[in-house]
Amino acid sequence: MATVDVATDLPRPATGTPNWLARIDAGRLFTHLALLVLVIIWTVPTAGLLISSLRDKDQLAVSGWWTALSTSVSQNVVRLPVADQQVEQDGRFVISGNVFGTDTHKQISGFGLTADTPNATAAGGSMPMNDGGTITVDSDGNYQWVSDTRLVHARGPRLFFVADIPPRFTLQNYVEVLTASGVFRSFVNSFTVTIPATIIPIMMAAFAAYALAWMRFPFRGVIVAVIVGLLVVPLQMSLIPLLSMYNGIARFFGAEDGKTYLGIWLAHTAFGLPLAIYLLRNYMAGLPKEIMESARIDGASHFKIFTGMVLPLSFPALASFSIFQFLWVWNDLLVAMVFLGAQESKLVLTGKLVSLLGSRGNNWEILTAGAFVTIVVPLIVFFSLQRYFVRGLLAGSVK
Amino acid sequence: MSDILQQVFGALIAIGIALAGTVAYFWGTNWLLDKFLSTERSSGDEITRRDNLRSQIRPWLFLFPALLFLTVYLVYPVLETFRLSFFDKNGNFIGFGNYLWAIGDGGFRQSIFNNILWLLIVPSLATFFGLIIAVLADKLWWGNIAKSLVFMPMAISFVGASVIWKFVYDYRAAGEQQIGLLNAIVTGFGLPPQAWITIPVWNSVFLMVILIWIQAGFAMVILSAALRGVPEETLEAARIDGANGFRIFFDIMIPQIWGTIVVVWTTITIVVLKVFDIIFAMTNGQWDTEVLANFMFKWMFVNFDYGRGSTVAVIIMLAVLPIMIWNIRRANAEEGTR
Repeated sequence: MATVDVATDLPRPATGTPNWLARIDAGRLFTHLALLVLVIIWTVPTAGLLISSLRDKDQLAVSGWWTALSTSVSQNVVRLPVADQQVEQDGRFVISGNVFGTDTHKQISGFGLTADTPNATAAGGSMPMNDGGTITVDSDGNYQWVSDTRLVHARGPRLFFVADIPPRFTLQNYVEVLTASGVFRSFVNSFTVTIPATIIPIMMAAFAAYALAWMRFPFRGVIVAVIVGLLVVPLQMSLIPLLSMYNGIARFFGAEDGKTYLGIWLAHTAFGLPLAIYLLRNYMAGLPKEIMESARIDGASHFKIFTGMVLPLSFPALASFSIFQFLWVWNDLLVAMVFLGAQESKLVLTGKLVSLLGSRGNNWEILTAGAFVTIVVPLIVFFSLQRYFVRGLLAGSVK
Repeated sequence: MSDILQQVFGALIAIGIALAGTVAYFWGTNWLLDKFLSTERSSGDEITRRDNLRSQIRPWLFLFPALLFLTVYLVYPVLETFRLSFFDKNGNFIGFGNYLWAIGDGGFRQSIFNNILWLLIVPSLATFFGLIIAVLADKLWWGNIAKSLVFMPMAISFVGASVIWKFVYDYRAAGEQQIGLLNAIVTGFGLPPQAWITIPVWNSVFLMVILIWIQAGFAMVILSAALRGVPEETLEAARIDGANGFRIFFDIMIPQIWGTIVVVWTTITIVVLKVFDIIFAMTNGQWDTEVLANFMFKWMFVNFDYGRGSTVAVIIMLAVLPIMIWNIRRANAEEGTR
């Protein structure tokens, strides 16, 4: 970890070592390497997910994503048609078709008649069949089974073959996830929950924060202390009473349960308020006192000072909080499950992903694409507004 | 499709009503206050009296909506959950019955044991990696890119992170192609593949890795800012005195940022105490991975026993309480110096 560049002060070795090699500092090299290793460990899992979600689903199931650029080999078997599928051509009897059905991007390298010898004959070659005649299989999977006498087998023989699947990237998994699996609906639901739940608390918190930062009144210290305390109250403490309350209100209005979007907006609003008030109050308290006082002397009311000066000046803090709240609400699972329920049409993306994990746990093409759809919005928000996010983090962790 | 449109439309209307409502409330109450306690046509003592009254009322008008929400959604439920923890499933008062049940229950003990493991391992390793990465990155020209990449998991939901890591831990029977990275590495060394998520005790560690992966970025950002606050002159003086990199790190940097390390540590500790999504998505408590938050969720939504669910919630709360009190005291001390 030594940063002192000792090597540069030394005379160049006379042994003819190139200049640049002599200048390399072992400690500095170690720093580069250590950080590189850590960054790779931190990035590789996400990269694996992204690459996998873009792969052909057959390849995804049989090979690791790190082989995505190499051709994968798979051993398959098909049962050839029975005798009544044959057609007579020029006095010979022919059964033809394609071993892949309709898939065309795969290639076969060889084929055979037993599981032990799937590669007995190279693609393009021919081999005799036990039921008579010979079979020719081309590398694109088309086969022709030709016999001089009429074929009579009642049970189609099996043909083993080795297929090379060239690397293939496709958006098919995303199409499938968004259309067939109901992820698009959840995507809309997530936005429906997140946007109002981000906007509603801001004004409320800003007014409260101003009062706590710049007005004198009894119990101010107590209220600040309570808010600092509420910052860390586990949400688990709120769930049962609130659910009972919601269900009570729903029964009063004759609804079947209390699981509404309005309910979850208000819940997220309240759960976000302690952080919002805390962040904004810290920020507003740091605004220069002189401006406030001169405005007061000029006869401006608190209301005017707040809306005309403090609110516009607090923009960075407001932005920080909005990003926090957006990410927190978008990524939340617990509150959504409790207050919106597990009904298919009301699942948010996180809930949808959990339900896919349960029902399609082995369909990695669905899971990887679904997961990426879930994380892409927060990633965009995060990378485009990282500056505000970091500023909020620094202000929000109680100093 | 039409119900989707309806839903989006509903959300837009809700935003509109909420914004109009808050503006109307704050502007309206302010207007009313100025109108009814107007000082225009009064004189002398009356002006002072009305001015005082206005400045006594106004803060509460500013605070009212926020305080209302905090009371209904946080303060009242906390008290109510405490109360409920003394009642059984049918609403009969049973004193400490639920707490006695918890002490004897295998699932609860398992959760406590696992939570303690999580508390010992996750905050320390997340802080450790965060600190290491912050120190290394601050020295290199590509440090900011590195920090951005390590910080990225902070934006990913716990559920999304669970899927990412479930893919890393994926298991195929021996002899098949492994598509999970961890098993591919293990079989690459000639060892047999493992179903990592089902091997007790170690599987908890594999779940912890997910949270460490997420939280290290948080630790890194906060600690990196703190490291930049260490005065350059101090470091320079130490270098001139001949201290090497390790000495500078342990004897100067660490003591200087110790306060921040503790803050990061306690913040991650609170995250750990509340951790739910990862266990819910990965194992749902199977193979001995149960933790308190998931255990509480089961008693609440699978067994519908609000008494026992509340009891588990209260125990999580009690674990958070010391940190909460410490935070409040520090915030108060800071208030004094302002």
